[in-house]
Amino acid sequence: MSLGPYASFIVTSYLAVALVVALLIGWITLDYRSQKQRLRELEESGVSRRSGRSATDMR
Amino acid sequence: MTLIDLANPSRFLSLTARLLPYLVAGTVVLLAIGLYLSATAPDDYQQGATVKIMFIHVPNAWLSMFVWAVMSASALGTLVWRHPLADVAAKAAAPIGASFTFLALVTGSLWGRPMWGTYWEWDARLTSVLILFLMYLGLMALWRAVEDPARAARAAAVLTLVGAINLPIIKFSVDWWNTLHQPASVFRMGGSTLDRAFLYPLLVMAIAFTVLFITLHVAAMRNEILRRRVRSLQMMQARAASNDVGATSPASQPA
Repeated sequence: MSLGPYASFIVTSYLAVALVVALLIGWITLDYRSQKQRLRELEESGVSRRSGRSATDMR
Repeated sequence: MTLIDLANPSRFLSLTARLLPYLVAGTVVLLAIGLYLSATAPDDYQQGATVKIMFIHVPNAWLSMFVWAVMSASALGTLVWRHPLADVAAKAAAPIGASFTFLALVTGSLWGRPMWGTYWEWDARLTSVLILFLMYLGLMALWRAVEDPARAARAAAVLTLVGAINLPIIKFSVDWWNTLHQPASVFRMGGSTLDRAFLYPLLVMAIAFTVLFITLHVAAMRNEILRRRVRSLQMMQARAASNDVGATSPASQPA
């Protein structure tokens, strides 16, 4: 596949999209782990929800 | 399960736990097909291979407006129906919408340099999309600046609805003003002017990016619900600690 004289513009565009989407996925994944960890720590310190259900329960 | 059942954050979390693996799989498959079709699409007789930038620029540009429209619907949910998930949906969508808008601007510039001879032109379409990007950043700053989530939600909802006036300006800017940006070529009266060789990869990529947005949005909403649980548990912890201090302080002891 030949991308012609403007190959650098095409490749840079696709790399930029890949980078930003990867950053979004990474941020959302790390944020999820961080919130679950904070909820676990709070529950271990004895704080519980009014409903009595675990705050990390996703079911 | 009816739509009203989803108003319960716990039920929403339960649904997302089941839904997310399918959404991730759908995104990967659609992106793989879209990228294959983009790579094998023929060169345009004028643009050459640079037409391949369109297959990622146009979906990002569409989504930049679509995400704001989703946030506007959520803003109505916050202000009119006080739906418990409406503000969660709007807040979770903002960084994703800002990213798509940023990518639309970057890929547009990278296409513009070889085709127009310039990275940037202060014409109506480009400027109105830049304003949309700045509005996303402003909204995200507002949510961070106001500590009380309920107050932040109402302020952000009003700002989102005011900002929605920019959407028709972006859409019709190429018709209302004389711009360097080309007019609509896919969704227009009289049908698409694109050849099928370019239309199909573009549509598949647009669907793939839309499913990508839904996947990221659902995951970000799940995070936001968990963040609010953390906040409410921290407040309960602080309240319990202050009650303990009050009960043991000398002033609270009987004489």
